[in-house]
Amino acid sequence: MKITGLVTVIICGALLIFYAMDFPDFGDGTSPASTYLSPYFIEHTIEDANVPNIVTTVLADYRGYDTMYETTVVFTAGLACFFLLRRKESQNPPARFYRHTPTGITLRIEEGGKLPAEGSKVFMRIDSLWAPDSLIIKNTCRLVIAFIQLFALYVVAHGHHSPGGGFQGGVLLGSSIILFAISNDLRRSIKRFNEKTSAILGALGVLLYAGTGFLCLLLGAHFLNYKALAPIFRSTAAMARSHGILCVEIGVAFAVMAVMIWIYYNLSSAGKHDEGL
Amino acid sequence: MENLIHMIGAKFNYIAYIILMMIGLYALIAKNNLVKKIIGMSIFQTSIILFYVSTAYKTGKAIPIVEHGHGAHSVIHATDYINPLPHVLMLTAIVVSVATLGVALALAIKVYRQYGTLEEDDINSQIRIQAGK
Repeated sequence: MKITGLVTVIICGALLIFYAMDFPDFGDGTSPASTYLSPYFIEHTIEDANVPNIVTTVLADYRGYDTMYETTVVFTAGLACFFLLRRKESQNPPARFYRHTPTGITLRIEEGGKLPAEGSKVFMRIDSLWAPDSLIIKNTCRLVIAFIQLFALYVVAHGHHSPGGGFQGGVLLGSSIILFAISNDLRRSIKRFNEKTSAILGALGVLLYAGTGFLCLLLGAHFLNYKALAPIFRSTAAMARSHGILCVEIGVAFAVMAVMIWIYYNLSSAGKHDEGL
Repeated sequence: MENLIHMIGAKFNYIAYIILMMIGLYALIAKNNLVKKIIGMSIFQTSIILFYVSTAYKTGKAIPIVEHGHGAHSVIHATDYINPLPHVLMLTAIVVSVATLGVALALAIKVYRQYGTLEEDDINSQIRIQAGK
């Protein structure tokens, strides 16, 4: 198998390199990829949508359909992880570990034993495989998470003028919650941002995107033609497209954030949602 | 010879992406472990992203953000900015590739639960035994 694979790969690569020699040079401004559509996008973005970041305009306006279905793909991936992995918690949980906080002693409670109360301050439940109690990590993450989220909001809101937008901001927001789940434990993270919230937020994000498009339809324009939103925002057609892009980006950010967290919860605990990484 | 070196120098981005793609494809075909196959798939996706982004580049031109200020806009020339279109396509592709990686890992977990192993030949032999061959 190894030799067959190697031969296939080398033949494939040699053919590709042979034909790649006919491709345009690196950094060639007159290559076919940059001659047909992209000059239109670059020259009309300011007058059409009043957004200096051309990537944002193309992403959410000129190619709005594409991005809508990309968001749907991301949401569907989250759903697929949920349906593949999620399992109900069993009635008789296997052995659990607790830390007695004042003394630092670890207790192992066998199957069927009497467990401490859920919100107990004295006994803290810990993961069975690896549960360090590091003050430095917890407090550093507590400080950093707020700034990550603030930066994520900036990336979403400032996507019109600088590199950024819904996808990047959403991933940053999701990573802040995942950092919390890694630095503390999965149960505490689920208490703050639970599974239902992530499912609803993911669907809400896709709905916000499609809803903006549908609103344009109701106002008499084509689907996702934000020009029709001008009476709602009380602005010119170009500014209405700019605001429409912002609505859509917020929807994308919601969907991506929720799905990243949801996939992490399901993958890290193999669907049981009790002990994470 | 001179000609060939010049040619490779002008098209090194294609060679870089093809080498990365070969590494990914080899991992997909030859590796026995499912997680290693998934890593190969991820390398393959990254090579495609590299290919698209490299086609966007124009030597010495600005990033695709139009210069703007409080003054009047000057005329925008398409030749002054690099091509934004491949960037848009890859922006969404990166996030989607993370999501599909999640699904692939979920399937790997599911396979591990069913067969107790991630090695492909072990799984195949178990399937053959179950089928009674």
